[in-house]
Amino acid sequence: MKPIDMNEVQQHIDEFAGKKVFIHLETTNGAYANHVNEKAYNVGAFIRNAQVTYEHGKIKGAGTAYRVGLKTENGWVYAEGLNAWEMDDENRLLMAGHDREGRLMVALEISETAF
Amino acid sequence: MEKHVVVIFPHPDDEAFGAAGTIAKFREAGVPVTYLCGTLGEMGRNMGNPTFATRESLPEIRKKELQDACKVMDVELKMLGYRDKVLEFEDLSKVSDHLKGFLDEIQPSLVITHYPEYAVHPDHNALGAAAIDAVSKMEESIRPTVWAQAFMRGYQEILGKPDVVQDIRPFVKTKVKTILCHASQAQGVLGNVTGEQLTEENMEAIAMEHFKEETFYTWNFKSI
Repeated sequence: MKPIDMNEVQQHIDEFAGKKVFIHLETTNGAYANHVNEKAYNVGAFIRNAQVTYEHGKIKGAGTAYRVGLKTENGWVYAEGLNAWEMDDENRLLMAGHDREGRLMVALEISETAF
Repeated sequence: MEKHVVVIFPHPDDEAFGAAGTIAKFREAGVPVTYLCGTLGEMGRNMGNPTFATRESLPEIRKKELQDACKVMDVELKMLGYRDKVLEFEDLSKVSDHLKGFLDEIQPSLVITHYPEYAVHPDHNALGAAAIDAVSKMEESIRPTVWAQAFMRGYQEILGKPDVVQDIRPFVKTKVKTILCHASQAQGVLGNVTGEQLTEENMEAIAMEHFKEETFYTWNFKSI
């Protein structure tokens, strides 16, 4: 993946708008957070292959922390902390936020085919 | 002397960190070892440092790492096809039957798995419980011994000292080589395990210094 370029990512978000797409949305601090640090909480959530159609989406932010919001008919898809992206070889828009050690903290992925 | 050892863990790299020294010891003695690996670690957080994997490319990368690790340990590998992080939500009686199918065929004398409820990761606890359930359903005459691994904080205060302590110092090279096969995970997990600031350059030396023994509890199957 490469550092987020807002213009490029926005173009790809626009390409998927109005289409029936599959979403992978995830955030995690790992299953060992509390094991490694007694004061930490294990927190995570993911949804894989949620089918949505969004009217429009935007990427906002600066530097190394970006947010993406996708407006759907009845609600929103939202991710914060994104800093890397790629279009993979299956034409899926992968966005992720990694910490200093390269660990995934958040991911938002959009695809026209199921993950 | 064991006849055949079956190792049952959910993630590629559990075998490396948990039992690679013990496995190497068995292999050196000529004992066949089969690793039943539950998932491909699809939901792993470590993506390499610097990152080289994505959430979508990670399973294939970890599958290759796992295959390489099994070559280093010289063990047979069977991948069970569950998904990382959600194993505990599967129908565990089905998982247990699935495992029992392998055990009935292999007829091992020893099974190594995680100690349910004392192995930190929910996948460890779930697959360990399913493995022990599978073994418990086997006829007593052919039932293998089970070594269960615990590492939850404070586990020894509750369970007492592990009765199986494998001195793996003679096999630490193989263990570290096995760990390093898991390139996407090695640095991140080693950092947690050793509590050291690791770099690409120093991690092998620190790992060689760190691992001295692997410990297990012999599971007590109360006779019915």
